[in-house]
Amino acid sequence: MTWAWLIGAVLFLILAPLAGGLIAGIDRKITARMQGRVGPPLLQPFYDVGKLFEKERVVVTTAQNFYVLAYLVFIALAGALFFAGGDLLLTIFAFTLAHVFLVLGAYAAHSPYSHIGAERELIQVMAYEPMVILAAVGLYMVANSFYVADIAAVAVPAILYLPGVFLGLAVILTIKLRKSPFDISTSHHAHQEIVKGITTEFSGPTLGTIEIAHWYENIFLLGLVYLFFAWNPVVGVIAVVLTYLVEIFVDNTTARVRWQAALKTGWFAALIGIVNLAILSYMMIGGV
Amino acid sequence: MAFLKRSPWILHYDASSCNGCDIEVLACLTPLYDVERFGIINTGNPKHADILLITGGVNEQNRQVVKNLYEQMPEPRVVVAVGICAASGGIFRECYNIVGGVDRVIPVDIYVPGCAARPEQIIDGVVRALSILEEKRAKMKETAQHSEEAGETA
Amino acid sequence: MQTLLFLILFPIIAACLLLFVKRTALRYVVVVISALAIGGATIYLLLRHISAGAVYFAVPSGTVDPLMVVIEMGLALFIIYMGVKFKNYLAIALAAVQAALVVYLETTYSGSLHVVNNLFVDQFSIIMALIIGIIGSLIAVYSVSYMETYHHHHPEVRDRQRTFFFVIFIFLAAMFGLVFSNNLMWVFFFWEITTITSFLLIGYAETEEATKNAFLALVMNLLGGIAFVAALIILAATEPLSGGIDLAGVLSSGDAAVILLPAALIGFAGITKAALMPFSSWLLGAMVAPTPVSALLHSSTMVKAGVYILVRFAPVFAGTLTGFSIGLVGGLTFVLASAIAISQSNAKRVLAYSTIANLGLIAACAGVGTYMLVWAAILLIIFHAIAKALLFLGTGMIEHRIGSRDIEDMEGLIVRMPRMAVMMFIGMAGMFLAPFGMLISKWAAIEAFVQAPFGLIFIAILAYGSAVTVFFWAKWMGKLVAVTREQERVEKGILEEPWAPLYILTGLVVAATLLFPLISSVLIEPYVLAIYGATARMAQANVAIMLLMMALLLLLPISFLLFKRSAKHLPAYMGGRPATEDRRFAGSLGLTREAQTRNYYLNDYFGEAKLFRPGLAVCTALIIISWILAGVAL
Repeated sequence: MTWAWLIGAVLFLILAPLAGGLIAGIDRKITARMQGRVGPPLLQPFYDVGKLFEKERVVVTTAQNFYVLAYLVFIALAGALFFAGGDLLLTIFAFTLAHVFLVLGAYAAHSPYSHIGAERELIQVMAYEPMVILAAVGLYMVANSFYVADIAAVAVPAILYLPGVFLGLAVILTIKLRKSPFDISTSHHAHQEIVKGITTEFSGPTLGTIEIAHWYENIFLLGLVYLFFAWNPVVGVIAVVLTYLVEIFVDNTTARVRWQAALKTGWFAALIGIVNLAILSYMMIGGV
Repeated sequence: MAFLKRSPWILHYDASSCNGCDIEVLACLTPLYDVERFGIINTGNPKHADILLITGGVNEQNRQVVKNLYEQMPEPRVVVAVGICAASGGIFRECYNIVGGVDRVIPVDIYVPGCAARPEQIIDGVVRALSILEEKRAKMKETAQHSEEAGETA
Repeated sequence: MQTLLFLILFPIIAACLLLFVKRTALRYVVVVISALAIGGATIYLLLRHISAGAVYFAVPSGTVDPLMVVIEMGLALFIIYMGVKFKNYLAIALAAVQAALVVYLETTYSGSLHVVNNLFVDQFSIIMALIIGIIGSLIAVYSVSYMETYHHHHPEVRDRQRTFFFVIFIFLAAMFGLVFSNNLMWVFFFWEITTITSFLLIGYAETEEATKNAFLALVMNLLGGIAFVAALIILAATEPLSGGIDLAGVLSSGDAAVILLPAALIGFAGITKAALMPFSSWLLGAMVAPTPVSALLHSSTMVKAGVYILVRFAPVFAGTLTGFSIGLVGGLTFVLASAIAISQSNAKRVLAYSTIANLGLIAACAGVGTYMLVWAAILLIIFHAIAKALLFLGTGMIEHRIGSRDIEDMEGLIVRMPRMAVMMFIGMAGMFLAPFGMLISKWAAIEAFVQAPFGLIFIAILAYGSAVTVFFWAKWMGKLVAVTREQERVEKGILEEPWAPLYILTGLVVAATLLFPLISSVLIEPYVLAIYGATARMAQANVAIMLLMMALLLLLPISFLLFKRSAKHLPAYMGGRPATEDRRFAGSLGLTREAQTRNYYLNDYFGEAKLFRPGLAVCTALIIISWILAGVAL
């Protein structure tokens, strides 16, 4: 790996929050239009985070801020690793580490709502983790390397070999993006049943930090989607945009499901991935 | 930059109101009035809220609740009393169980009259509350700076 | 060679000495000195043989072999006696069968039972010796005051501490013998000793439950023992082709068909010893024993003997359907046991299922047996031994302080026992979080399976299995870090366990992760290279990133100091209800209620009864299939 990796990482660290916030703003605008409304200005997410940082610092317990800081640090690190072309599996595991920190922050608050939110967040993680690992394995089978740099440089369209994997990934993408019907632990929409779920006891700058971490993660997720189409950058970008639009559409046309359904869906998605990979490995042995 | 003005998150609480004003508040969130254009989000969590939209005259059951919710909101925060009942108790003012107006329990910044208050009035009230929010933020920053300087010189 | 003999014989001397020591203070001294001697000797062994590769020692076995047979017969008689005493006829039957087979072997094939190089040492033995010598010794030291407190809390249990420590040190000696023996009869002998020690220690409390579980363990391990002897008979019978009972000979024997069935049978012994499905119930039952027993025998060391023998035979299993079947037994155990762990609220049962799961994963790596997988398997062995020992010892201490081993009662432990909670946290992180050891090993396993033939099924197992492990560890961690109010610190007990073993183990979890590139290049890679001619290693860049992550993890807690001063504290959101700090709120009808939060156990989906049955059925079938396939080859 050359200096390119350093540039990739640094660019990610600086630009991802900006891009992520902008995408969040576009998301809200499109959602509003789908609902026949005008919607907030495009830069609204930035105003939101800016406002959060202007609020008073309050905590339920001081430990919360430590966990949230760790969450942000490891999300940024994991994303930077991805855009530096690093090992995709390690990236995935680093994201898991980050999510565990967020969950622990919610547990630390010892509040009923954040506790339930934390449990449901863990169920969420359990639901999407198999598929994410399988996606990495699938990309490995096409590129013969777990390194993002190699996967991105692959000359064949990975999507042709991994349609099932991509489908599975798209399903759990809904979970990871915290969109209906799988926003079981917290979401940006009205979430009154468990108040704000995992983020109930976080406020002000802490909540702003979580929001920024979400933006980092969303950029990573879009990057992961891009990898399936990396052979042609233009097609890749279009695919990313289309996928995200589909996610927004699904978000607006479905209601939240019970966690059991989310778990089963996530694991079923992984099953689709396995079938795809089984067929693929059979073809590869046959010398396709 | 004036972020608070552009991103006011509200907490809506019904302090023993007849629900008339509450329905109007909810109407504001619908596509017809669409307050999200102003960045307003209805969060159900006081810790996330800047503006407390309160309806109803407050009775003994929820007196403490109103106080708790207000205290759980981080600064800067404003309270908008929506409807005449929240302002003064309305026609229920003399009732034995009604405390009579939210300002008997927590400090109110904006009063929106009406029975029920119209969505346009509610939105107007909230928009005025925004400038009060900004004032409070400026004051908060000032006090913070002063105490820092005091802490440094001490 | 002197070091090897010292490691095998010295613990026996210490054991005999401890049989006569009554007072705790003196016992403590003897155990600490012995621990230092044993630990020191293993480190010395490491330094002496660090670059030597496999070294074989000719040990005259003229007197040793018959002595072993005599002791084995004696043990068989002991088991029969115990079986009669407690009316466990299955144990009697199995012990008799095993003894009969041994006699048959000794008489019929006496000519083929002489091995020149009875002892040996190579990098893998050194790794196992370090685990036994360092972790085993730490646990022994910890046990001294643990057992004293144990008897204080359980006055109804007869004080047999002298026997307890005698058996513990005999066990250590047997484990050393097991990993240094090149003579498979000797391996079997030491194997049997560990079975007996496990039996004695599980039944320590002499209650009906303890005795029942002790016999359960005994019976299952005897099944494995019988398979072991059967394997030895086949090896002896086919001696010129198979290499006889010389381990090195067998592994280097060119005739794959001949040695496959014995390998599968010895592998079966490994499966029973490592409590893989369908034999997992004995390990669960063994949790009734005092915690040091669970830590030493049933997570770090004895069960490791089971996977040790599987990894030793990995080159034989590699590329065979037999090995693949055995690997599937391990893999299925991994995913099912991890899932069952979700539904358990008893801390020791969670740890037990986690142990079974990880042993299954190691077995899966060994069964498929490519060089990358063996590398991953050894990594798993090392990291699991350290982290699990820490977690078990910690659970023991927690149980003594708060009087419960239920996870729900550990809520807010960070307030009541901060040091302990942090150490448990690190131990758990060591089990499933990046960049700690177990995660590295699982990652290595994924990358290895991806390159193995038909590895996809194991990838699927690992994908689901890892997801499930995140759930049950993270929710336990959450219980520990909940900052509850108004709780008193209970860290100082009346009779205190020594903190030193816990501190050392915590340090080892971190150190092993930081040093793993070194461990890999010095010990694991040369071993794998010597056997397969190729070895795996972690890429430099990844190593660097993991060290970075570890550094961040160690530095981040400093931010705690920053956060201390500024923030204002608010109570948790209780719907606005008037509530106190400890979550008592004014509920309906004027009643004061308390909000309680419990973890999700998801019993309907991950319950023991529900998931064990498919595991039992499929794994039994797989084991039988592996024998048939191996037999066919023969």
